[in-house]
Amino acid sequence: MNRIFSLGLVLTLSLGLGACHNTPTTPAAGASSDTVAAAGGTTAGAQSGDAGQARALPGAGTQGADAQLLAKSTIYFDYDSSEIRADQVALVAAHGKRLAADRNLKARLEGHTDERGSAEYNVALGERRAQAVKRALLLQGATESQLTTVSYGEERPVAEGHDEAAWAQNRRVEISYGGGR
Amino acid sequence: MPDLRRPLVLLVLFAATLAGWPAQAQLTVQITRGVTSPIPVAVVPFGGAGPLPVDVAEVIGGDLERSGRFQALPRGSMLQKPSRAGDLDFAQWRLVKTDYVVIGRVLPEGERSAVEFELYNAISGERLLGYSVPAGSGALRLAAHRAADMIYEKILGVPGAFATRIAYVSQEGSGPARHWRLVVADADGENARTIVDSPEPLMSPAWSPDGTRLAYVSFEGRASSIYVQSLVSGARERVSGRAGVNGAPAWSPDGRRLALALSQSDGNVDVFVLDLASHGLLRVTDDPAIDTEPCWAPDGRSLFFTSDRAGRPQVYRIALASGERPKRITFEGAYNARPRVSPDGTQLAVVTLDQGSYRIGAVDLASGRSRVLSGGRLDEGPSFAPNGQTLIFAAREGGRGVLATVAIDGSVTSRISSPNGDVREPAWSPRTAP
Repeated sequence: MNRIFSLGLVLTLSLGLGACHNTPTTPAAGASSDTVAAAGGTTAGAQSGDAGQARALPGAGTQGADAQLLAKSTIYFDYDSSEIRADQVALVAAHGKRLAADRNLKARLEGHTDERGSAEYNVALGERRAQAVKRALLLQGATESQLTTVSYGEERPVAEGHDEAAWAQNRRVEISYGGGR
Repeated sequence: MPDLRRPLVLLVLFAATLAGWPAQAQLTVQITRGVTSPIPVAVVPFGGAGPLPVDVAEVIGGDLERSGRFQALPRGSMLQKPSRAGDLDFAQWRLVKTDYVVIGRVLPEGERSAVEFELYNAISGERLLGYSVPAGSGALRLAAHRAADMIYEKILGVPGAFATRIAYVSQEGSGPARHWRLVVADADGENARTIVDSPEPLMSPAWSPDGTRLAYVSFEGRASSIYVQSLVSGARERVSGRAGVNGAPAWSPDGRRLALALSQSDGNVDVFVLDLASHGLLRVTDDPAIDTEPCWAPDGRSLFFTSDRAGRPQVYRIALASGERPKRITFEGAYNARPRVSPDGTQLAVVTLDQGSYRIGAVDLASGRSRVLSGGRLDEGPSFAPNGQTLIFAAREGGRGVLATVAIDGSVTSRISSPNGDVREPAWSPRTAP
């Protein structure tokens, strides 16, 4: 998983630096990926420093931010809502770009809700959340074949409490990468 | 009605009586609120040759008390303990202010074991019932529940629902050790047995109308599927494992079809009907909103379901094979979901948002009036007893899932809790369960 992550990160960085980051779906992706694969983890550490210095380079700052964002893989939602919140848009976009940049990468989108309300309605709501994230990822260039969705509704909370703090943690879509490599 | 909130001091600890049963299987029943004047009844210890394997009188008395309509006379207050009519002295029973007396005997195992019982009016001395209930091997508890059903019906004029069962989901452990069990138990929580044990969630058990099969949702394989499992043979069949959501199974009254909630590949959940023999699938709703939690009207011609097509979840009804648009049923409150219709088709039990809390509500289908029955913060999943008198539902107590019951008029509540884990998603069996 670590290896996959650093690969994706380095790849995203190299694409961002090498070309306009709005068109990441270049055939070169495969080649770049091979090139940087050898460099492995050593570049990942160096990159963050580069990103800090390279404020004048268009795109570099964004990609550095994406790298930070990609460490997070949970998208949070408001109560009874499947709209992607303003504060979650950048995170979803970062994952979308990562998927677009690596066609071999597959992601599973797990929708969850808080415990309030009826269980099956919550399964439907969790599915709707997973679908909302899926659509946003597709807009960034990910493809259908890379994505699967599942909804657990309220059945698998991460926070065990029964208050708003716990509920806010539980209203989420988890992106997990696997397969394809 | 402040009197209804008065806690009735009755504690029925069935769990303690059966040492040796698997501890995790036991549920404890506690009556938390009863009618203000329960009917006093004395259930005298049953006679029989030697010690009885089951205290039949205690089972009957426990059933009657748990309904909240009766108060059983403690044995220590009984001035006599006859098991035959000839020994009954009604003056002694009137002295301890009992309206009804139940006496009986257990006929020995071996030939034809049976529970013989008689019900007397202590005031008039009239014999109201006299029956012999067959009790084949290991069926003494069931025979006792049947006797309690007959006594309940004779005195109140409404059939009892004691000789029935409940299915529920129990969630235990945490982290990677977390697992889910689908359990079937007697309506008093006894005789619990695990039907399915899974490291992935189990949901939404639903009884076939003949009580021989359960449909349920399982996430084994990390995706939802609907299974139908025989309680007789244990054999099971995956009846729906489509892409996306496979949820909320509900049997048609004739037992041949399942209403389901499916999202298929587009991710939007709608209601469908699956023919179990042909596997033919009929789309019932087609709306960009969430349509789920179908429930059949008793005549099998329409479905109630939850939809957020008006913004928030509300209950709608759609006639099958009519082409008409669904009609909204619930209007009071910002949230009404998970409908269950009463056996006589007059009442709808729902989960309703009441003063910021999720509670069990009942909607009178003729008038459209609704009322709140439960008083918890996160009450869910109501299911009607086959006599329509009581609902069982899931509640949260101290952060744990427990089962609770409430009378359809709100007058009686009781709590059924498990010593381990969260207990949820109860489904009350039909009367015909074997």
